[in-house]
Amino acid sequence: MHVFADPTNLDAYLSGFLWILKLTGASAVLALVLGVFLAAFRVSPVPVLRGFGTAWVNIFRNTPLTLIIFFCYFGLYSTLGVNLSEDLDLNNFWLGVIGLSVYTAAFVCEAVRSGVNTVPAGQAEAARAIGLTFFQTLRIVILPQAGRAVVAPLGSVLIALCKNATIVGTIGVIEASSVMKQLINDNGDAVIPIFLVFAGTFAAILVPTGYFFGWLANRLAVKR
Amino acid sequence: MSMTTTVLYDHPGPRARVRNAVLSVVFGVGLAALLWWVYAKFDQAGQWEGSLWKPFAEAPTWTQFILPGLRQTLLAAATGMVLSLAFGILFAVGRLSDHRWVRIPAGVVVEFFRAVPLLLMIFFIFYGVPFLIQGPVSAFWSVVVGLTLYNGSVLAEAFRAGIRSIPGGQGEAAYAVGMRKSQVMRLILVPQAARAMLPVIVSQLVVLLKDTALGYIVAFPELLQRGVNDLSANRGNVVAAAIVVAAIYILINSLLTTLANWLDRRTRRRGFRIPRQTAAPDSTPAGGATVAEPQG
Repeated sequence: MHVFADPTNLDAYLSGFLWILKLTGASAVLALVLGVFLAAFRVSPVPVLRGFGTAWVNIFRNTPLTLIIFFCYFGLYSTLGVNLSEDLDLNNFWLGVIGLSVYTAAFVCEAVRSGVNTVPAGQAEAARAIGLTFFQTLRIVILPQAGRAVVAPLGSVLIALCKNATIVGTIGVIEASSVMKQLINDNGDAVIPIFLVFAGTFAAILVPTGYFFGWLANRLAVKR
Repeated sequence: MSMTTTVLYDHPGPRARVRNAVLSVVFGVGLAALLWWVYAKFDQAGQWEGSLWKPFAEAPTWTQFILPGLRQTLLAAATGMVLSLAFGILFAVGRLSDHRWVRIPAGVVVEFFRAVPLLLMIFFIFYGVPFLIQGPVSAFWSVVVGLTLYNGSVLAEAFRAGIRSIPGGQGEAAYAVGMRKSQVMRLILVPQAARAMLPVIVSQLVVLLKDTALGYIVAFPELLQRGVNDLSANRGNVVAAAIVVAAIYILINSLLTTLANWLDRRTRRRGFRIPRQTAAPDSTPAGGATVAEPQG
């Protein structure tokens, strides 16, 4: 463990995981908002909106995240000059957040849509019968019930998002995986402890998160 | 439970039709404006110039960059698929073992590799293992082994959920005719679970195929590396190359997804299908949701 006794390495380790948490948090919020809107688009009566939602899901779900992140950097930033911050680190961070959110929103959309399908048809029919509009039906009756059904799938999406945040290292955010690579290159005699610490930290964060979402899903499930 | 989305709104009357038409037009115009803005931005950056797109009409672009890259991608994906299926079956059966000394280590292995980001695994194998074995590890094998460990663990959970959801009578009947535990697993439970979980398995294979793109990071010459990075280094057309390569990925993955949906419908029609919900409750949360597992 002598590697982590060195304060420089310890700082690098901590800041690596801090970047991961920041990326995960920012992207999770953005992807959730985007994904719920996309899901609403996909079940709406307006064909143009449905088409837009479907196209989004098919394009981004089938493209490797690595390619999306790569494009955010070389396409949006280098070629098109989209500049999100004066600070280079922060600029790369936001480019990464855009890539992660755009990709994750497609999965959130599909999860929410499958949640909508678990709500019994009678609920929607009753809502229509008392004269609620489509938007009211969705907002007051369907989405609250669907929300409870999608806790577990959204948990998996969140966990995957946290793991995927490592890919943003490709465009220069010094997150956990880049730090691990650097430490391994510098300390060839301690590769196993280094790997176990990094992998163990991810496992220590994500395994309990998984069980938490499983518990939450059971607790919130609509008993039918 | 199977609410068709049309239940959400009434058959549109005159007012609703007008409103929908207005919404369509407003959103359509907005979308067109956005696309135009993107187009203009690209145009401003000179991305539509013929010289950047012309390479895709020339044979060497395809024979030297894109097709060899695609070949490596498919090779890594195919090897990873075979190995991760074997890994998945082995550890699913291990987790269901009667012996605690098999069950617990198998469970730890599966939980661990599911929680570790694939990129971290690939980095460890590519940069770390050479220190241990005193020799280089090829980029191909670091990608394939990483893919196998991660996707194999996810598949193990899918198989386990599948095996647990098979009616208990199947196993009991097999024991009753005098089969041993290993025979029951091999001849009765695993084949049925594999069939019931086929759509989930194919969806996971789509994930695996996409994940080969991580090979780019350790300079494995797959589609992203050859088709986007190397090609644009020669031609200076990174945006064009990224668009073409993305289209190839989307095409291949859509075909695989279509296959998964077709299998889903087929197994359902035959009357033997395990409802999605039963796959989830007592297994770990991802059990029923592997379809949506959006790893890189």
